[in-house]
Amino acid sequence: MNRRLRQREAVNLTLLRLAALLLLAVLAFMLYWVVSRGVGVISRSFIFDAPRERMTAGGIWPAIVGTTYVSLGTLLISMPVGIATAIYLNEYAQEGTWNRIIRLAIRNLAGVPSIVYGLFGLGVFAALLRLGTSLAAASLTLSLMTLPWIVTAAEEALRSVPQSFREGSFALGATRWQTIRHQVLPYALPGMATGSILGLARAAGETAPILLTGAAYFLPRLPSSPLDQFMALPYHLYILATQHSSLTQVRPLAYGTALVLLALVMLLNALVIIVRSRARAKKTW
Amino acid sequence: MARLRLRTGSRTQRRELVEKAMQACFMLNGTVAILALAGILIFLLKESLPALVELGPGATILGTRWNPTSMNPGYGMLPLIVSTIMVTVGALIIAVPWGIATAAYISEVATVRLKEMLKPAVEMLAIFPSVIFGFIGLVVVAPAVARVFGMTNGQVALTGSITLAIMALPTIVSVAEDAITGISRDYREAAYALGATRWQAVRMVVLPAARSGITAAVMLAFGRAVGETMAVLMTTGDATGMPLTEVLGFITGPDFLASVRTLTANIAQEGLNVPWGSLHWQALFLCGLILFILTFAVNLTADLVMHRPAGGRRRVS
Repeated sequence: MNRRLRQREAVNLTLLRLAALLLLAVLAFMLYWVVSRGVGVISRSFIFDAPRERMTAGGIWPAIVGTTYVSLGTLLISMPVGIATAIYLNEYAQEGTWNRIIRLAIRNLAGVPSIVYGLFGLGVFAALLRLGTSLAAASLTLSLMTLPWIVTAAEEALRSVPQSFREGSFALGATRWQTIRHQVLPYALPGMATGSILGLARAAGETAPILLTGAAYFLPRLPSSPLDQFMALPYHLYILATQHSSLTQVRPLAYGTALVLLALVMLLNALVIIVRSRARAKKTW
Repeated sequence: MARLRLRTGSRTQRRELVEKAMQACFMLNGTVAILALAGILIFLLKESLPALVELGPGATILGTRWNPTSMNPGYGMLPLIVSTIMVTVGALIIAVPWGIATAAYISEVATVRLKEMLKPAVEMLAIFPSVIFGFIGLVVVAPAVARVFGMTNGQVALTGSITLAIMALPTIVSVAEDAITGISRDYREAAYALGATRWQAVRMVVLPAARSGITAAVMLAFGRAVGETMAVLMTTGDATGMPLTEVLGFITGPDFLASVRTLTANIAQEGLNVPWGSLHWQALFLCGLILFILTFAVNLTADLVMHRPAGGRRRVS
């Protein structure tokens, strides 16, 4: 190999390495930035108090509760529908045109911009169905958005159950539903659970859809019915970062909110990793 | 005896009934995805077509003045469309080479240990909520851009592009890496047997072979970036003018140092305060429709490229 070739080889491979290391550096910077700026703000009262004095003081408790409500509401709707869709696709439907169309719809649903979901939710759930901008309208909007993720995860879980389980069950005279109920679902459950938690984590971090369908600028009380508006962590961060009248004064609160939001999302993802490795350890086939 | 038969008879009947009911239930749920997608399209059309008919495409999609709340309202969306495309293309110019290089590094060059660090890092970048990207873009990237270009306000299209580029990276890296890893080992071995260096094998054999998967990665990232709201809303300033400037004195080109407002940011800014059913409302739904059609077309094409019948993917030209 001549020298020039060797030099070019080294330069090009170094460029590839730099690209990868730059990605690591950006991630490390972002983590460090959010944690270091936010950690000084976190205190008991920051977590458990309501905002005070036009949101220049106090905490973010209503936003934490609101995000929890809207995420659970989302899961309550999208999990049953998503898992049922996956069961239909994987256990009932014949491979064919209809099945392909459903899968195509799911993949494209995953690509619809989140603000378009928000607009759709505003038009259909808030205006047409008269739910108003509320917890219910936001949950319905987010559940449409999370549906494709949950279907995909649940289908993967169903596919990982060996075909022989089903065949053995059919051979013993079980019907299709009995087979699904007793031989497939128990083993697919951990995978479905982790997929749903991932959906929950992404729903909790979304801003654009709830911005139009029910998130409130400021509410002193916690929402008491599904038709109430609610505060939410990501929307609260957006407000504190860009919409508040004294931006520099509330900047520390924004740092704290960003850290809590990131910690929440990361914790949910860590939970997924734990559940997954547990399920893998228990797997006996 | 007769009683016994009756009972088993009713039990099989019940079992059949349950069986049928469950099948119907699952089938019904299977259609939800199709109904949702069709429902979104139909609703967007139904809400936006009146405005398109009343004002005509010249005053909406091709109009250049967006100012729906003034005395003489303007519903021109061209500046919003141009801004959207501009910010997105700018992001891809940064993210595509960076992402493909990273993917190639992970699958072709990296040691196992580094690989085990890079893959979770990419996943972790993907779970950052978009509002946090927007916040970092606003507080870190915008002042940096302002300093570099000597401006007082750093909330410009370029800032949005940089922020979006980092958001789009995980999509490009993970999809491209899958495509590159999927290339058969024989290709590399054949290249090495012919005396190719590692870089030459990557550049001339592996990357061309993975071309369709990499194309899909770029398109998916484009779709993701076009539809992103928060990161752009918080970093690009808020101006509805046409972001064009004279390049080299005589050609009109995009102005990346201008504040812009994208289609997504426009809906987020105005969707809350608009009277339901008004002309302004319809115009916002038209913005939504444009976004829907744009992302749908891009995602569908990416889908077709990715799910091409086997064989087409392995061919090197």
